Amino acid sequence: MYPDDVKYTKSHEWVRVANGLATVGITDYAQEELGDIVNIELPDAGTRLRVGDPFGTVDSVKAVSDLMSPVTGEVVEVNEDLEASPELINQEPYGSGWMIIVRMEDPSEQDELMTGEAYEGFIEQE
Amino acid sequence: MLAAIGVPDLDTLFAQIPEEAQLKRPLNVPSGIAEQDVVALCERLAAQNRHLGELVCFLGAGAYDHYIPAVVEAVTSRSEFCTAYTPYHPEASQGLLQTIYEYQSMICALTQMEVSNASLYDAATAIGEAAIMAAGITNRSRVLVSRAVHPHYRQVLATYTSGLGIEVAEVEYAAGVTDLPALWERLDESVACVIVQYPNFFGCVEALAQMAELARGAGALLVVCADPIALGLLRPPGAYGADIVVSEGQALGIPIGFGGPLLGMFACRQEYLWHIPGRIVGATVDAEGRTAYTLTLQTREQHIRREKATSNICTNQALAALAATAYLAALGRNGLRRVAELCFQKAHYAAQQICARPGFSSPWRAPFFKEFVINCGKPVAEVNRRLLDNGILGGLDLGRYYPELEGHALFCTTEKRTKAEIVRLVEML
Repeated sequence: MYPDDVKYTKSHEWVRVANGLATVGITDYAQEELGDIVNIELPDAGTRLRVGDPFGTVDSVKAVSDLMSPVTGEVVEVNEDLEASPELINQEPYGSGWMIIVRMEDPSEQDELMTGEAYEGFIEQE
Repeated sequence: MLAAIGVPDLDTLFAQIPEEAQLKRPLNVPSGIAEQDVVALCERLAAQNRHLGELVCFLGAGAYDHYIPAVVEAVTSRSEFCTAYTPYHPEASQGLLQTIYEYQSMICALTQMEVSNASLYDAATAIGEAAIMAAGITNRSRVLVSRAVHPHYRQVLATYTSGLGIEVAEVEYAAGVTDLPALWERLDESVACVIVQYPNFFGCVEALAQMAELARGAGALLVVCADPIALGLLRPPGAYGADIVVSEGQALGIPIGFGGPLLGMFACRQEYLWHIPGRIVGATVDAEGRTAYTLTLQTREQHIRREKATSNICTNQALAALAATAYLAALGRNGLRRVAELCFQKAHYAAQQICARPGFSSPWRAPFFKEFVINCGKPVAEVNRRLLDNGILGGLDLGRYYPELEGHALFCTTEKRTKAEIVRLVEML
């Protein structure tokens, strides 16, 4: 439920880092709370994000939420499948529901993020 | 009632209002009169207006004297419809939601566009919304609008875009239609959309195919404001690849009133679905598998998306949209075509007869639908005074809006105008 190969933010995004590239999505808790996701707006590749910047929005049937960037860097890839199939976020939030890949400028930013265990504790209090 | 809530008198009821804000004299409202006297008073007041029941109308310019079949009012006067406010609860009032869904479907069929919303206030604000939507979709901040678009619509467009950092530039017309070379010259990568009217304000048919190509070449959207009656005869903007189609729906079963209420129709391509303003009704199934209707895609709207919404409109013209739906259902495809044909033929007959009178001529040769411009060779006010003395409402004095068209009038001939009326108009010129 809260895989250990990823780190988590307080705004319910997850980050998986490999070779300086950070893949970002939203957590299972987030997709559950949102309900059926019907639309997503993501940035274009080439956009530079700073940690904490909103990088897009996700719409469910009755609510819209900002997506906050967990890292600083340039967007190198965007998951095009989500345009036609936003439900992938509900079905596989850590897999096919990934949203963007960012080339990290400062790898130490990972250390600010929560582990799976810490995140689980965090949402229990929410 | 005071006794029921345990308050001794009226003064005590209002005691919470600060002294200085209280009105210390009786309201200036005369005492009641009998219902019969009220009716007589209102009739006396109303008689001070002249109306289309007594005047033969050759005036158009945005509000049209089309025939309204009796069945339209039979539907809209039902208390379930005419006392209801526009729906806010997404799933209550299934009957009302169904009529909106049918309205949306008809607008798509009429314009040949993929998506329609539940309606906006009027064509003018619909154009404003279209411009803002196009700016959001393209991320560009300039809008081109033809001078052959209704002057009031252009004014509202300026109001809508002011403060949003969107610049509006006008494109000249030539020989009654938007000047294509001028349009080509103005088009560049800063332009979000091109806005034209079809037929245009002068009644002339614009070259949508060429405009679509020019706009697309610059990566701009094509926004077309179309006369819905004309769509019974002319090829719809959707067929030309328009991106957004708006319309003044007053011609579809809504009386001219006193300039309102009107009906803003708004349709666009499927790919822009998440950018469209206003309410949308969708069809689905309920928990028992029965067809059900619901307000849908609501996260676009301001009450959820707040400052990120493309529009703050959170209503529609429910009753006017219902009238349009009843009108279109009553006429059907063939009926609408017949109405359009009659408008077209009568307008051409009238134009021909008017131009046969010495002093009156047509300034250009562009094809037109139900409205046409006549050069009267003298002040239009003078022509119209004589017409009014003879119970005829003449064409619009174009010099008021286009200084270069001093002495020109915009005449309109709907399917309601008889041959005898047209002959009489020509005689009285």
